[in-house]
Amino acid sequence: MSNTHYVRSEMLSEQEPPAATTGAIGWVRENLFSSAFNSVVTLLALAFIYWLLAQALPWMVSPTWHASSLTECREIIAELGYGGACWGIIRERWLQFMFGFYPKELYWRVVLDFILLFVALAPVLFTHLPRKMLYFSAIYPFLMPWLLWGGTIWNPVMAALGFVIGYLASRHLAPVLGNLAATILAFVLPVIWWIFLSGPVADGIASVLPLAIQSVESRAFGGYMLSITIGVVAIALSLPIGILLALGRQSNLLIVRSLSVGFIEFIRGVPLITLLFVASTLLNIFMPPGTDFDIILRVIIMVTLFASAYMAEVIRGGLAALPRGQYEAADALGLDFWMAQRLIIMPQALKISIPGIVSTFIGVFKDTTLVSIIGLLDPLGLSRAILADAAWNGLVWEIYGFIAVMFFIFCFSMSRYSMYLERKLQTGHR
Amino acid sequence: MSEMSAQREIDRSHMQVSDEVAIQITHMNKWYGNFHVLRDVNLSVHRGERIVIAGPSGSGKSTLIRCINRLEEHQSGEIIVDGTELSSDLKNIDKIRSEVGMVFQHFNLFPHLTILENCTLAPIWVRKVPRKEAVETAMHFLEKVKIPEQANKYPGQLSGGQQQRVAIARSLCMKPRIMLFDEPTSALDPEMIKEVLDTMVELAEEGMTMLCVTHEMGFARQVANRVIFMDQGQIVEQNEPEEFFNNPQHERTKLFLSQILGH
Repeated sequence: MSNTHYVRSEMLSEQEPPAATTGAIGWVRENLFSSAFNSVVTLLALAFIYWLLAQALPWMVSPTWHASSLTECREIIAELGYGGACWGIIRERWLQFMFGFYPKELYWRVVLDFILLFVALAPVLFTHLPRKMLYFSAIYPFLMPWLLWGGTIWNPVMAALGFVIGYLASRHLAPVLGNLAATILAFVLPVIWWIFLSGPVADGIASVLPLAIQSVESRAFGGYMLSITIGVVAIALSLPIGILLALGRQSNLLIVRSLSVGFIEFIRGVPLITLLFVASTLLNIFMPPGTDFDIILRVIIMVTLFASAYMAEVIRGGLAALPRGQYEAADALGLDFWMAQRLIIMPQALKISIPGIVSTFIGVFKDTTLVSIIGLLDPLGLSRAILADAAWNGLVWEIYGFIAVMFFIFCFSMSRYSMYLERKLQTGHR
Repeated sequence: MSEMSAQREIDRSHMQVSDEVAIQITHMNKWYGNFHVLRDVNLSVHRGERIVIAGPSGSGKSTLIRCINRLEEHQSGEIIVDGTELSSDLKNIDKIRSEVGMVFQHFNLFPHLTILENCTLAPIWVRKVPRKEAVETAMHFLEKVKIPEQANKYPGQLSGGQQQRVAIARSLCMKPRIMLFDEPTSALDPEMIKEVLDTMVELAEEGMTMLCVTHEMGFARQVANRVIFMDQGQIVEQNEPEEFFNNPQHERTKLFLSQILGH
């Protein structure tokens, strides 16, 4: 008999893994004490974490919440006998950190606005919620500025009407005028409406039916409310604009492609600060004298353009990662360009780009602190004003720590959401 | 490969070739840059024909069938599919694409959609079929390719053979009059080739007009009514399968057949 001959007589059944490699003990052995060196590192790390907490926790839980000036804080701390933070400043100023100089009696409008923001976002972020909620999400972009700035309700209504005009034009003019003409008119008619007609019409209706709430100047905006307003609008607008730019960059049409590439490269080649300075100073020079072009609106436009250029490149990365076959399959099934983009290409490209997209979102949100340089009172701008107050002069850690923690909460939530989304969209290996 | 063919008798009752011309290609040329991939191709396909296109790699056989639904653009000559000429007119292209089904070597299923959604997407959006009806049609064809139980899974969870059968079902859901197969079994494990070929045989038995680029010579013998051999971008020889395999005329054909059947 030769040794090469072997026939298995029965197949082996599955068996449990050895007990020491599973469960909590298995996990600790595997991850913390797998070798002598790793054990030493683990113990050193634990010691370091203990030392850090032993230093930081007493500082953080210092009983200075009710102090009304730095001197009072110092007295309380001196009694304690160890170094502690001076939290009185946060108690005294936290409303200002949230709302800036927004009128106190109107705080409810801002709070309501941001609660509604979550209601509007929920059906977009979590697809298992009732789809009817999306109707509210569609109304929200017009409701949000109205609640923040106030004024007549007819302005947001007329702005929304522009979109209705565009929709009707694309829907009903196509059979009469052909697809191209209808598409162009669907863009041009709303713009004409917004620039020339919506203002007078809104004024006209308002004089007959004055439905208005007290209006608030942009100068009163500040704190996190300002950061969130700029951040949310820029984030919400940069994604669709970024998608269009990414598609434009891949287009076969020379002019569309050159414009997209030119825009993206120009914006990416310029620091955001420069764009903000343009928004705050130069833009007014080009405007006809007497036009009142809101500073926050100007900043939002600049931040949005900036974010869109980065977004376009992130999405282009996602598009490049898609196999050619996906386009071919969509073509072979007879889907036209926009259908293929919407149903096949974008869902996949965006999914691939989620980490990059969320990084850009987080970056945009943090970049809103730059507006303090052009004199808007975001949390950082406010902190300078507050520290100039004689009662608190000399504090650093508490105030910047507070700002940092607030930003961290927002950014970390975005990051966690993106991980949830990635897990949810996981549909097996490709 | 050829041993797979002898497994069952083929029901030829519906496999009639009609006089009606389904695809007419005349003096068609195509270049990639300066490279002349397709040289003066003339081919007319009648309704109900099952044509197998064979040839060495780089001979232009895939490019030829990809020209038929305009995944590739030809530069001169004429292609008429179902009476519609392929030109740069987008309307004609969309019309032809919705009449012509295509199955790819790498399946190209949409990985973010379930099997059922893969099958209903084009009927709902292109043909504007009501969702309920599209789902019924999709389930009908998924049953036909014998995987209705996988309808709610994602492509990534299926084996290669199953994915390719889904791809066939997805094409059929558009109720095409012509099916193009671009090396449908080349990316499959040997054990899975048969299940895909069986599906294709069934399709042929129902009288579907098929153009199939493949190296499965067993399938060609069993199902095809015509085998086309291509080399260097031109049609070198075409004949009925029996004659083609037993009595090849051109030297290049003889060499090719000796290489693929010789072992």
